[in-house]
Amino acid sequence: MIGVLAIQGDFAAHGRVLERLGVRWCEVRYPAQLDELSGLIIPGGESTTMLKFLFDEGFIDPLKQYARRGALLGTCAGAILLAREVTNPPQPSLNLVDIAVKRNAYGRQVDSFIDTTMSPVLGPPPLEMVFIRAPIITHVGSGVEVLAEHRGHPVLVQQGSRLIATFHPELTSDTRVHELFLTLADRRSE
Amino acid sequence: MSEDTYRVKVGLAEMLKGGVIMDVTNAEQARIAEDAGAVAVMALERVPADIRAQGGVARMASPKKIREIMDAVSIPVMAKVRIGHFVEAQVLEALGVDFIDESEVLTPADEEHHIDKHQFKVPFVCGARDLGEALRRIGEGAAMIRTKGEAGSGNIVEAVRHLRSVMGAIRRLTVLPKEELMAESKRLGAPYELVRWVAEHGKLPVPNFAAGGIATPADAALCMQLGAESVFVGSGIFKSEDPAARARAIVKATTHYNDPKIILEASEELGEAMPGLDVSKLAKEELLQTRGW
Repeated sequence: MIGVLAIQGDFAAHGRVLERLGVRWCEVRYPAQLDELSGLIIPGGESTTMLKFLFDEGFIDPLKQYARRGALLGTCAGAILLAREVTNPPQPSLNLVDIAVKRNAYGRQVDSFIDTTMSPVLGPPPLEMVFIRAPIITHVGSGVEVLAEHRGHPVLVQQGSRLIATFHPELTSDTRVHELFLTLADRRSE
Repeated sequence: MSEDTYRVKVGLAEMLKGGVIMDVTNAEQARIAEDAGAVAVMALERVPADIRAQGGVARMASPKKIREIMDAVSIPVMAKVRIGHFVEAQVLEALGVDFIDESEVLTPADEEHHIDKHQFKVPFVCGARDLGEALRRIGEGAAMIRTKGEAGSGNIVEAVRHLRSVMGAIRRLTVLPKEELMAESKRLGAPYELVRWVAEHGKLPVPNFAAGGIATPADAALCMQLGAESVFVGSGIFKSEDPAARARAIVKATTHYNDPKIILEASEELGEAMPGLDVSKLAKEELLQTRGW
């Protein structure tokens, strides 16, 4: 089963992509639900809101334990939560992917944009990316593979079965990022 | 305006789903809201309950006040403009606010026309009492709809009325035969293309939030169970006895809107809610929801 963390944010948009791919999924609001998952998506939204919820509702340790066996996809706010280090302003994070991120790094909402890039890993056609008050990955650890870049910054990275996008693949009709995530989740459930 | 710009505008509204947007009047309140888990704050000079009590012309907040709030928090900052006052909107866009509320809470600048929101890069939210009004605003470019409710009343009855009206009319559209949609569009006073879209998809093409009179965790969960995708809380937080605790409780109840045990937990030890008004006892000219059309 694939879960989408449903504290707040665009969890329903991820659900629509999973449905299009014919995958069963559930909204995750309780730590105990993690036991049944082979893949967990942390969606876009406000990282400060989600972080507070994760601390208040005892989600931090169960999530770290889950990460030892299950796949993870973090988009935008999800990327911020999974990072090793967060700046602008600094805030705690789960430290599950060896990257540093700067929040709201492109500016405010008026600086949000859509663009495309070629990912050597995903191949053609170019990947459409929706950036909304997006973070920038400022540092990538040695165990992290960069799958796509935009204007010289990594925007899609992978460390083992953990996948990070600073943009919103769930807001486009291109399902390749989710498909890659599902192969990682399948591999973990075998 | 390009198709991409509109997608990015609706995209931010998507990110705010399942959350609570709180009215704040200074940097300190903004920090309290952010610490409590707000997904965004609405920067205001006065909360609606005070606007109602003090009367006079209510305008866009001063840029200095809004900037102070923008500097205090890292979550999105919204601000209100008067209905039809597109220059106030230009000022807010230049200032860099993340969302503009073309709001009936402020004194309207134009009693006939709303702002052409397609002209802006910053997204707009607008209030609506029924589906026709919601689709007219979306036709003008709104990227998010909220119920009008009755702001500053601490009384949920109008938000419930508006939510039921919008949701009921959406459900009705989904069962109408195609040939009846044009007449329905005429009856609603709404653009035909949008009426067809709603009939096909069974929802609004933009996120649909609740606002106006939410004062308790149970009020927030009620709106969510009735189909709202997020809630705005105006006077309900900072006019209550313990704003930080109430803010946290409403956030919790909004995420867990389908779990009565957690709504119960959130409702305990909260102190007094804001005093409420009986909306049916308000004179017609005291109603904020009848501003705009």
